[in-house]
Amino acid sequence: MSSNAEAAVTVAVQGEAKVRKGRQQLSEGARAERRLGWMLCAPAVIVMIAVTAYPVGYAIWLSLERYNLELPQAIKFVGLSNYGAVLSSPYWWQALKVTVIITIFSVAITLVLGMLLALLMHRTLFGRGTLRTAALIPYGIVTVAAAYGWQYAWTPGQGYLSAAFNHSAPLTSEVKAIIVIIVAEIWKTTPFVALLLLAGLSLVPEDLQKAAKVDGATAWQRFTRITLPLMKPAILVALLFRTLDSFRIFDNIYILTAGNNGTGAVSNLGYDNLFNALNLGIGSAISILIFICVAIIAVLFIKGFGTAAPGTDIGKR
Amino acid sequence: MATVTTTPRQKLGWGTANFVAIALALIPVLWLVSLSFKTPTAVVDPSFLPKQWTWSNYFRSSGILSTSQFIRPLLNSIGIGLIATFIAVVLASMAAYAVARLRFPGKSLLIGMALLIAMFPVISLVTPMFSIERALGLFNTWPGLIIPYVAFGLPLGIYTLSAFFREIPWELEKAAKVDGATPFQAFTKVIAPLAAPGMVTTSILVFLLCWNEFLLAISLTSTTASRTAPASIAYFSGSSQFTVPTGPIAAAAVVITIPIIIFVVFFQRRIVAGLTSGAVKG
Repeated sequence: MSSNAEAAVTVAVQGEAKVRKGRQQLSEGARAERRLGWMLCAPAVIVMIAVTAYPVGYAIWLSLERYNLELPQAIKFVGLSNYGAVLSSPYWWQALKVTVIITIFSVAITLVLGMLLALLMHRTLFGRGTLRTAALIPYGIVTVAAAYGWQYAWTPGQGYLSAAFNHSAPLTSEVKAIIVIIVAEIWKTTPFVALLLLAGLSLVPEDLQKAAKVDGATAWQRFTRITLPLMKPAILVALLFRTLDSFRIFDNIYILTAGNNGTGAVSNLGYDNLFNALNLGIGSAISILIFICVAIIAVLFIKGFGTAAPGTDIGKR
Repeated sequence: MATVTTTPRQKLGWGTANFVAIALALIPVLWLVSLSFKTPTAVVDPSFLPKQWTWSNYFRSSGILSTSQFIRPLLNSIGIGLIATFIAVVLASMAAYAVARLRFPGKSLLIGMALLIAMFPVISLVTPMFSIERALGLFNTWPGLIIPYVAFGLPLGIYTLSAFFREIPWELEKAAKVDGATPFQAFTKVIAPLAAPGMVTTSILVFLLCWNEFLLAISLTSTTASRTAPASIAYFSGSSQFTVPTGPIAAAAVVITIPIIIFVVFFQRRIVAGLTSGAVKG
């Protein structure tokens, strides 16, 4: 979305510049159009700000207080000490490590499998509709429902996967549980990535492929030299979406392991701090730190888009 | 590809690839269905299919469809999902129309803000929302979930709808204006009917988002008065402290998957179009 959104933004900004030049002659119609634009956007903007910006601001305030729900009379402004407590806690760093590992592996594998699935959806000779319908089911299924399926499948004596893998109990060991979590994430998110990439694939001109074929390029050469470069915007969008989405993983871990054996992600840590420790101050500090992590990832990606911008516009509408 | 004649070998190759992809997508779902039909004693049987099929996890006294522990959350899910979707799609269509059609300063800010919220880590909201909603009396109520769901449905709605709105033949709007319609009338009388297919698609996507949501649903509710179905499953307890209610949980998981399968089977084309247009052309 972002590279295209950026292009859209540039266009919008240019449009605005044009408007600004002619401001003196801004007709009554143009002024009415501006007013209508603002009026139509206002409700959406108000809701989005009320539900995100305001609570985040409030969370920043809470994170500077000692605030335990069990000790309501002990509320006190403590500055940055909640952040100190979180950042010096091994639980935070373990959760961050788990989150980063899950993000890297699930995103990388999902991109490769998503590309394969997209190529299959694009090229397959028959059953295209059935394939898309089947692929949409993992996308649409409630994560919690699917997670229970995975959990029982890996329970020894109960699950077909556990039975197939020598009656193993992967959910009770850290590394294996994380692998199961990653598999569950990949299964759920590959179809979405495939659909994004499919949209990119449909923008690759067929003539170009044919011309390269005539010139003697192999299928692999055509894929790496023509398809991939032209799909760069779609790939970057899928990468950004999946990375940020994966970083906030919660549901799968909550059901599969409840974060036991050091398998909790940062979101699980934040949840536990609120509902098990009832500590609003520390919980808010974790919330803000996660928000900062996500902001850093987003900024890095958008910087990446910036440098990748030349040559990426070819496939666009 | 269609112009090239296909050999039987190619057909076999693509057919196999199709089959593998479809099997990988469906097996975990079929496993849940199978579990939900196993008898309480047979859940400790790792075979993929039940040896003895039973409806007892769904109906009869032990079934999930005869307990308010599940029926009430199911109704909450439907009600909260429909209301949140309706509000989000109405507000998003207004904003998307402005984004797609009107020239006004601050448009890029709106697009950036929607993108930011689409990527927002929900956990960052949980602690402050828990505190705010308790103070406002919204904790454990329908509006307490509807409001955040609207906010998270809005970015998806704005992106998807503005992509659809760009495809609409806008000459018709101009024609309406020439005939003396105000911009607002042009919106409600001419464009809204043309935009209906896009709005149906967007509604499905937003509804799926609400239907799927779990973190806010377990954090901002405390009883079945407003707990949604996915959250309620996490609170299922067995007939005794020592039995894990595998069968009922699987049955509940299947029940909340049925609407998704209906949407996907009947609206496959629309969902694909909506997901890709909103995301890539946005």
